[in-house]
Amino acid sequence: MIDKYDVIIIGAGVIGAAIARELSRYHLSVAVLEKEIDVSFGVSKANSGIIHGGFHAPPDTLKGKLVVPGNRKFDRLCEELDFPFERNGELMVAFSEDEISTLQFYYDRGKKNNVPYLEIIGKERLLELEPNLNPDVECALYAPSAGVICPYEYCFALIENAKQNGVNVITGEKVIELKKNAGIFEIKTEKNNKYSALYIVNAAGLFADEIARMVGITNFKIVPRKGEEYLLDRRVGKLVKRVIFPCPTKKSKGMLIIPTVDGPVMVGPTALDIEDKVDFSTTRDGLKTVFNHAQKLVPSIRSTDAITSFVGLRPAATSNYSIISKFFSIIKSFTGTKPEYIDGDFIIGRTTVSGFINAAGIQSPGLTASPIIAEHISDALLKDGLKLEKNPAFNPIRKRKVKHLRSILDEKNFSEVEKLVKENKKYSNLVCRCENVTEAEIVAAIKMGHTTLDGIKFATRAGTGRCQAGFCTTRILDLIHQETGIPVEQITKKGPGSEIVLTPLRKGRDG
Amino acid sequence: MKKKVDAVIIGAGPAGMAAAVSLRENGIKNILLVDREPVAGGILQQCIHNGFGVHHFKEELTGPEYAERYIDQINKNKIDLWLDSCVIDIEKNQDDTKTVVVLSKERGINYINTKAVVLAMGCRERNRGNINIPGSRPAGIMTAGTAQKLVNIYGYLPGKEVVILGSGDIGLIMARRMTWEGANVKAVIELQSYPGGLNRNIVQCLNDFDIPLYLSHTISNISGNDRIEEVEVSPLDENFEAIKSKSFNLKCDTLLLSVGLIPENELSIKIGVKLDPVTRGAYVDKNLMTIVPGIFSCGNVLQVHDLVDFVSEEAKICGASVAKYINNKLEKSKEIPLQKRNLVRYVLPSKVEIGKPALLSLRPMHPAKNMTLTVKTNSSVELFKRKYKNIFPSIMLRINIDVVPEDTEFVEIKFEKE
Repeated sequence: MIDKYDVIIIGAGVIGAAIARELSRYHLSVAVLEKEIDVSFGVSKANSGIIHGGFHAPPDTLKGKLVVPGNRKFDRLCEELDFPFERNGELMVAFSEDEISTLQFYYDRGKKNNVPYLEIIGKERLLELEPNLNPDVECALYAPSAGVICPYEYCFALIENAKQNGVNVITGEKVIELKKNAGIFEIKTEKNNKYSALYIVNAAGLFADEIARMVGITNFKIVPRKGEEYLLDRRVGKLVKRVIFPCPTKKSKGMLIIPTVDGPVMVGPTALDIEDKVDFSTTRDGLKTVFNHAQKLVPSIRSTDAITSFVGLRPAATSNYSIISKFFSIIKSFTGTKPEYIDGDFIIGRTTVSGFINAAGIQSPGLTASPIIAEHISDALLKDGLKLEKNPAFNPIRKRKVKHLRSILDEKNFSEVEKLVKENKKYSNLVCRCENVTEAEIVAAIKMGHTTLDGIKFATRAGTGRCQAGFCTTRILDLIHQETGIPVEQITKKGPGSEIVLTPLRKGRDG
Repeated sequence: MKKKVDAVIIGAGPAGMAAAVSLRENGIKNILLVDREPVAGGILQQCIHNGFGVHHFKEELTGPEYAERYIDQINKNKIDLWLDSCVIDIEKNQDDTKTVVVLSKERGINYINTKAVVLAMGCRERNRGNINIPGSRPAGIMTAGTAQKLVNIYGYLPGKEVVILGSGDIGLIMARRMTWEGANVKAVIELQSYPGGLNRNIVQCLNDFDIPLYLSHTISNISGNDRIEEVEVSPLDENFEAIKSKSFNLKCDTLLLSVGLIPENELSIKIGVKLDPVTRGAYVDKNLMTIVPGIFSCGNVLQVHDLVDFVSEEAKICGASVAKYINNKLEKSKEIPLQKRNLVRYVLPSKVEIGKPALLSLRPMHPAKNMTLTVKTNSSVELFKRKYKNIFPSIMLRINIDVVPEDTEFVEIKFEKE
């Protein structure tokens, strides 16, 4: 049997999710196919969670054009979708005369990009705003409109809202064949399931080039740009209130200090172009680089305060032309000419294949731009002939199923805890106590379909704290088993092949 | 619910239970013992091997048996024990009492007003993030304690081809345990040039099963995407940098970490208890009271012990001090600093009392042969002297020193080569 849809979106990262929600405004049959076992498990899971102010990208690029309008959308989005968002601002700091002129350059660029309330602030005010910064700092470019969100919670919220409004989300479904036949796209997946659609949206992240190649589009390539990030213990506190950037180099925005919306500070990422799209390994060099750079910004940061590290791969798009010119520029650098770094822009919109729409090469500031990218994609679909008829039943509101106990405890609002416990007794059973996550939150996550340890970690933060799931792993295994009936030996960290235990030694406690 | 007690003991492991029993023996009846687990006993419940209680009960017990002895006393004394209950906050009140906020599975949220608090939360295991092992992030990497719980309590084998990083006691015990359950333990890798665990465990858990121990080695990379497939093992140079040219690979499906314990003092920090950066336990006086009056600490949350027997003993002393505090009989005496010198990694307590003898616990920085340990006052009065053939960081020394004479300004403790 073939499942037929008007639109199939390939990839359920933040981009696929934002597009799915956008399309759920209309009378359409839409499906999202995700190769991983859960949504947000690809590029998005390692996103830094910054809603950028918008002074980094050049004004003539899509990145530069979409970042500020994207940023503006987040107040309303956060209200509609109930995910944590804080407009805490970002600072690009300068330590030398050279860097001060770099700030000026980015100030001008930010103005062209329409970044609101942008200003360069002097040393005194800067240290007043951020007393833990290196006192050698001279001044900073300040964008108060920047903010932080939790990238997977945003993604989950978008997906849940899209589902509420009729979108079909199918995980663990890897597209291995895609062809256009008599005006209809036919898809075959690894599990040998078949789908067909009138339109395809390619939001396949690192693998967007491979999906495009299936329909004969070969004019771009996705290069994974690896970034290592390190998460510090909550105990360290919020060393900074705002996201801190160094002055960028040719190659990257530099190592940042990010006060995450959930509390702990994150430092990183590195930036290294690699070949392997599944190389998620951290390195000794990465660790040294991140902490050396971070300590230059905030001297009290210590690598011994790191509780975990991870790698993200940014899907940087390069046209085949730019690969060649990059090659030449390297040669030029040997002859003394400064190489010009070619930064891959977003590849968004219609293609030479009618009905096949790209949302590819979405790296920073892709999270910020995601709501606008979604609108651009629906425009492109319209231009390619898709009828967009408003669905009057569309409900933009998604409420979190359960409140997080952690945020209530942070405010020491114990009477609120009392109320919650009265409503749902599972709130009184603390499962992960580094991050104060209760059985109520974990069961809700399981019921939303997050049945892996990583899925539950992303949905609830259970296991992200200082003991790194040392104590709660067994409790969560129990809860997944209880709620779903999946045998414990089949429960995985992040999908098939990543089982937590191999064999039952004897009949389990239930048997 | 609101409740008023004389003492709240946080953690019903060996330390908390012994402190509670000791409080009772010292006449304090209105006490509350809380633990987050569904059974009392703490980590003892998953330690099904024997060797516990040799000093304290003069017989070899398993962990659960040792715990049972104390659980019986808790029951016999009708001590109020709340299980599945987690302390989420402690606050100081104006009248010097404390309010302990407990979230309990059965009882919901509770505010306990108490004169004294005993911190007995024990330790957690250091994990991969704390030691920053580079490489991929697959399934199959866990602390030795998590593996112990999976095997001994849950009845699941985490894997069959096992490498263990760190030669702490739990790692050694798990090397044997996994072997008994049919796994192939390929190697134990230790960063230091000497083992981290007790010698009897090296012999009984590794040597008896021909499991190789690589000293001065580390794991320099982890590979495998879904499940761990291989670790890269490298010897270390004198600066603890991996010598990559001499590294070799071991195929495995499981990596267990036994790389040290960290006292779980996050709650203590919240209420202003100051920690010793070396032990990561609280600074305490000879009564085991922290710098916050009315808040005491004992067991592994104070210092990581080698033997549970000594945890019980320390908690018993602690319980007696708390009883005195509750009855306003804790003597205010003159305390002077105890300073650690040559080779002494830490010594506890950090202060001694004029006119009294004292029991000290300490560990050396590294292994050494033929050392003399002396404790002297600033005017060179010798309070203790003993020769040791061998000293190891893995073996805690416990010594009784003589009465500290009047007019002493400080006491120093040091190892010297004979």
